[in-house]
Amino acid sequence: MNPENTRELLINMGPQHPATHGVLRLVLEIEGEVIKKCIPYIGYLHRGVEKLSEDLTYVQSLPLTDRLDYLSSMINNVGFCIAVEKLMGISVPERAKFIRTMMSEMARICSHLVWIATHALDVGAMTVFLYAMRDREKLLELFEMVTGARLTVSYPRVGGVRCDVNQEFLDELYKFVNEFPKKVEEYETLIDRNRVWLRRTKGVGVITAEEAINWGLTGPTLRGSGVYYDIRKFFPYDAYDKVEFEVPLGKNGDIYDRYKCRMLEFRQSAKIIKQCIELLPEGAILADDALRIRMPSSPLKIDKKDIQFEIYIEDKSIEDFINKFTEVYASIEAPKGELGFYIVCDDSAKPYRMRVRAPSFVHAGVLPRLCEGALIADVIANIGSIDIVLGECDR
Amino acid sequence: METIYVILITTIKTIIYFGVLMLHVAYATYAERKIIGHIQLRLGPMVVGPHGLLQPIADVVKLIFKEDIIPYNVDRKIFTIAPLISLTAALSTFAVIPVSENWLISNVNVGILYVLGIAGIGTYGIIFAGWASNSKYAFLGSLRSAAQMISYEVALAMSLVGVILMAESFNLTEIVNKQLEYSYGMFLIPQFLGYFVFIVAMLAETNRVPFDLPEAETELVAGYFVEYSGIRFSLFYLAEYLAMFCMSALATICFWGGWTVPPFLLTIFPFLGIIPGIIWFLIKVYFHMFLFFWIRGTLPRYRYDQLMSIGWKVLLPLALLNIVLTSIIKYYW
Repeated sequence: MNPENTRELLINMGPQHPATHGVLRLVLEIEGEVIKKCIPYIGYLHRGVEKLSEDLTYVQSLPLTDRLDYLSSMINNVGFCIAVEKLMGISVPERAKFIRTMMSEMARICSHLVWIATHALDVGAMTVFLYAMRDREKLLELFEMVTGARLTVSYPRVGGVRCDVNQEFLDELYKFVNEFPKKVEEYETLIDRNRVWLRRTKGVGVITAEEAINWGLTGPTLRGSGVYYDIRKFFPYDAYDKVEFEVPLGKNGDIYDRYKCRMLEFRQSAKIIKQCIELLPEGAILADDALRIRMPSSPLKIDKKDIQFEIYIEDKSIEDFINKFTEVYASIEAPKGELGFYIVCDDSAKPYRMRVRAPSFVHAGVLPRLCEGALIADVIANIGSIDIVLGECDR
Repeated sequence: METIYVILITTIKTIIYFGVLMLHVAYATYAERKIIGHIQLRLGPMVVGPHGLLQPIADVVKLIFKEDIIPYNVDRKIFTIAPLISLTAALSTFAVIPVSENWLISNVNVGILYVLGIAGIGTYGIIFAGWASNSKYAFLGSLRSAAQMISYEVALAMSLVGVILMAESFNLTEIVNKQLEYSYGMFLIPQFLGYFVFIVAMLAETNRVPFDLPEAETELVAGYFVEYSGIRFSLFYLAEYLAMFCMSALATICFWGGWTVPPFLLTIFPFLGIIPGIIWFLIKVYFHMFLFFWIRGTLPRYRYDQLMSIGWKVLLPLALLNIVLTSIIKYYW
């Protein structure tokens, strides 16, 4: 047959596909089982969080951030709060800082548990899924104990946290983190010593350190390539400078190393939570100058003055705009990578512009680089190993 | 007159065999869900009947009454016929499988060859299904299946050659009887290499984890039967479970001594002889079925190229080595 008349088979993987972690759509050109070209399409879960927040006050925007990376909503809240605190120069009380750190690490464990569950399921190991979900359930119960919500918590506040933790919660959590490393070993016995797993992950989806940096990867996906970069260490926020922990690094930058990094992060997170409980200071949980919505005394009409910021509306030239308007970028170490919030403030109660630097969005971009030349099964393993959540990617 | 008598007896036997087999298949699905459930810290089906015991019946009723969807662009004839080919092939293999000393439908003197040949025909059902579905995922699944079946059938057949050499017969009943001449009573011990190859090839031949590539749900959604629904879908399912039973029975007969008890065990515990042969047979078959479920609950899935390299570079040489060793030993002793 004339080779000019043959063409690659075009496969549409997603948006409804059991292994694309939500609504990611990949258009694959395959020859046999080999991927010749891979184009990711995103936007199926776009809810306009950034635009919506322009119409909401800073306090009101907070629940929207829950819906970004819904597997670690606590960390998104913290990230947003830190950005707004930086903008307004609010200093958070010590106790709130420790609580936030503790909660962030709980959310990190939660998110990584879902990652190991789905990643293993994609590669074919079904049992790990249910083992991980069992432990996640425990953490969700702990979240519920403090915040009343399991998934979208909206717990941190600009200037602190919403409510205090009690001793019962701390005891339960301490018990959990003490047992948790053993549970991690359980997952490892299921997959880490498994020949099939090793053959599926070692040497697959390799990305070198240099390339990883150039593609803008962050978080465990970058550290799997051996780059030492962790915002918790480099730009400490909350109480991360007061606790001790290590940053696990990979070497080869393949799926296995990224997997290993996250598995080691489980243990570090448990260690951080333990220290937070031990070091938890007494004191206030909300700063005095924290943003509050004053509820109106009469139900008639919410006056703009009820919100502790004055609305500033005036025509301005661009130069004035640049000089006057403050902008702030604050980033935190989310389970997926560097989650940044960029806020432009026009001195009103609402952000002029909010932009989310979502790690999943950046990581989805690297998929073609990882997948091209690999096999169909590797695409699935790669999607799992970069750990994307489409809620965050599409925003 | 005699011909009619034989036909009548065979028909009655077939009907009984078929009914019992179907019941076993139905409860094998239940067993799988229960066993995997308990492996995964779940309970499995619990709602229909006590401990979900009526679940298989509920499933069958549901599947029969479901709408039978045939997509617009499929090749209707082949699409309809494909599940039937798979099922017929899977059922036909049981014609020669003896469950007890005198309990088999037909005593063919090339039983092993018959089983392997008929099991090979089942692949056509899968290939037709994938081709006729006019869907890319189904097409890829059927391609994978074709390649996988061809490469693993070779290893499967080769692994049984050692048994055939030792038994000096293709007849399944004779293979079992031959094993009784040894005090350990099963070919498993001298043929451990063959058994290993057989078990691995058996997993691949029946499309089970870790070789369930043709129906890898996370890659190809459901593989070759992605366009099937209702009763047609369940026919494929049935064929898969029948194939599992067939392979388990073959392993039992060829390596575990079928319905017999090892003679050395009988001398130590004479009371074991009271238990009827069919019970032993079922115990051994269900051990292999459990192996299928156990592996499914434990292992991830191999990649396509890895599967091929295992088949051709590991299993086939091992099977050939087994044949050579068996021949040498057979020649000198």
